[in-house]
Amino acid sequence: MVNFFKRSFVNGITAVSIATAAITAAPAFAQDKFIVVASTTSTEDSGLFKYLLPLFKAKTGIDVRVVAQGTGQALATARKGDADVVFVHDKVAELKFVEEGFGVDRREVMYNDFVIVGPKADPAKISGGKDVIESLKKIAASQAPFASRGDKSGTHAAELRYWKQAEVDPQMGKGTWYRETGSGMGPTLNTASAMGAYAFTDRGTWLSFKNRGDLGIAVEGDSKLFNQYGIMLVNPAKHVHVKQELGQSFIDWVTSTEGQAAIAGYKIEGQQLFFPNYVALKKAA
Amino acid sequence: MAELLENSSSIIQRTPVKLDVPPHAVESILPLNVKSLRYSVGAAELIHDLSFTVQRGSRNVVLGANGAGKSVLLRLMHGLLQPSSGLIDWASHDAQFKQAMVFQRPIMLRRTARENIEFALQISRRELHISDVTAAAEAALESVGLAHLADRPARLCSGGEQQRIALARAWALSPEVLFLDEPTASLDPTATKAIEEVIHAMNKTGTTIIMTTHDIGQAKRLASRVLFLHRGNLLEDAAATQFFETPQSPEATAFIKGELLW
Amino acid sequence: MRTKTPRQTYTLVMSEFTQGFSTAFALISTANSELLTIIWLSLKVSSSAVLIASLLALPFGAWLALSVFPTRQIFIAILNGMMGLPPVVVGLLVYLLLSRAGPMGALGLLFTPTAMVVAQTLLIFPIIAALARQVIEDAWSEYREQLVSLNANRRQSMAALLWDMRFTLLTAVMAGFGRAIAEVGAVMIVGGNIDGITRVMTTAISLETSKGDLPLALALGMVLIAMVVIVNAIAQIVKTTAMKRHG
Repeated sequence: MVNFFKRSFVNGITAVSIATAAITAAPAFAQDKFIVVASTTSTEDSGLFKYLLPLFKAKTGIDVRVVAQGTGQALATARKGDADVVFVHDKVAELKFVEEGFGVDRREVMYNDFVIVGPKADPAKISGGKDVIESLKKIAASQAPFASRGDKSGTHAAELRYWKQAEVDPQMGKGTWYRETGSGMGPTLNTASAMGAYAFTDRGTWLSFKNRGDLGIAVEGDSKLFNQYGIMLVNPAKHVHVKQELGQSFIDWVTSTEGQAAIAGYKIEGQQLFFPNYVALKKAA
Repeated sequence: MAELLENSSSIIQRTPVKLDVPPHAVESILPLNVKSLRYSVGAAELIHDLSFTVQRGSRNVVLGANGAGKSVLLRLMHGLLQPSSGLIDWASHDAQFKQAMVFQRPIMLRRTARENIEFALQISRRELHISDVTAAAEAALESVGLAHLADRPARLCSGGEQQRIALARAWALSPEVLFLDEPTASLDPTATKAIEEVIHAMNKTGTTIIMTTHDIGQAKRLASRVLFLHRGNLLEDAAATQFFETPQSPEATAFIKGELLW
Repeated sequence: MRTKTPRQTYTLVMSEFTQGFSTAFALISTANSELLTIIWLSLKVSSSAVLIASLLALPFGAWLALSVFPTRQIFIAILNGMMGLPPVVVGLLVYLLLSRAGPMGALGLLFTPTAMVVAQTLLIFPIIAALARQVIEDAWSEYREQLVSLNANRRQSMAALLWDMRFTLLTAVMAGFGRAIAEVGAVMIVGGNIDGITRVMTTAISLETSKGDLPLALALGMVLIAMVVIVNAIAQIVKTTAMKRHG
């Protein structure tokens, strides 16, 4: 009798676990169309995808699964073929990616801007400024605390370019006023808020960031601070399984009139975050 | 003693013997000849050169003080321990399947009384149909007077009841030889009496009994033959009445008087 | 240098906790659909992992408990050590395995719940196996003589012990479940924290924290703790009632 129970118990457990594995596996083998897009944490954190993707799905029925990582990691993911489309904001790295043959059909989609945020106390006296290079020079000069992402992301790469233009080597202040958190935009802002430090952030993340403490925008509006986003298809020639058709339709939509309008329509606190700037290249005759 | 046994034995199952014929084949496994049996653990020799014979139908009681080696001897005979030298010579090759053992503390699985017995039957009598297994289990419980406990979780039964279930389990296997290691040591007089009655009953149906006890009264009640052990040596091997009336050795005399403790 | 007085710190922390509580309450009482999706996925992934891991680890632990071979003690020590496998390392290994660039990439399992189940199964297998091994070995020392006397072979002994120790083994299984549902390192790497697909309680908490939405993160944390407590309570009740009935 116990044998019967034991047998049915074991059979039951086996059946249940196979069923469960099948259920959890279902999304992987689902009939729905989907693509994997490797993008950045700042884009995800801004809430753009939550707003945009349902519009795309309603139109095409395609599910877009965004894996949000740092730009460096997103490109690495795409390089390995674990994504179909890559959508990041580091033009230099993107062009290199295309040059190396891993990406095709790169299009510039939109830009947002960076700002410098800082404590109300404003030890470097840059608040209200419009010149990013001058402001960075002042921060270095006054050795005011500065929290950097330090994670090879698009934002970090941009930050380093501005330091270079300001002819300051922030590594000189490493460990004293220049603090590298090695993490995403949110955690870095958390750190800046807790430390009363300046930080370099994209406006999108800032607007949806809720743990501001007494941080506020110190410097904005410099045209140098524009942050360009690019989208690319992962090269199907290098990775045969890439969903070329579906991925391409996403790229096409994002750069279409409709998609571009949708991007412009995304607002936080009444402010537009992203500015569409796709310009169709004239086809060669 | 328990630690000694635990550390010395890594037997997880006795070496299986190919069974071409079902149990209860023609050959009896008795008489059992124990020849020059020695058993040591490390440097300590627990059993010194024992030789004796066990005949069919006998009720053999191994007597002795604490540490005499009674439990070790039983385990050697039953195959739970391997001799260091010497021979446990059964009369037939399938002896392993025609013995059963009841221990001082009954080991019950977390199942009903009936299921405990069914478990044993399923292992040893694979050819039986499931319904026959249940019937056999219930018959065994009946014969020890515990049919009413068939559906009770065995662990919820009293000590005496559990020991009777253990006996029923052994009975269900129809063993030719039943080993019992101090079966009533932890029981009260009423339970002890019940167990002794079952042992008698089993012996009457043909099962040979080999048991240990330190209770002289019990030995007198049950034994037809006594093996007296002292510190691993077999000092006396005689019919029960003869042993109790005319013990040959000073140790045995002292023991019968209750003056030999170890 | 900005420092807070102890009183300011206390007020700040308490207000965040209070906000957390009220957010948690709001989310639950309105049966927020996103929260429900996340909870359901957490339960599905970790339960699947526990089920599969138990199916493999319990017999393995029992086998190891009854086995006799020269390097046994070393083996056991390693298995016990693997109870402390860092989840993020397991996640990394599974990621390398399942990536398109890796040996099992053709299955296309990366960034799916299946990958998360695989990672968690690997993570908790040693826990359940090591605990099962200990439980069965202790039981074996008690049951050995009787089982050998009954001529049970190794397989029969294993099965009898596993069934007999089922209540204690349930505790081992719950330990595995606790580890699985609480970890974030493995599922983050192999799942990618994709909204609606691979976002579970722990990765959601991590995301909200990094977005600076601490009250929401706290709220999710409270819900997660409540979930774990409830599941464990149910297991405890099942165990106690069954033990009373079966001894």
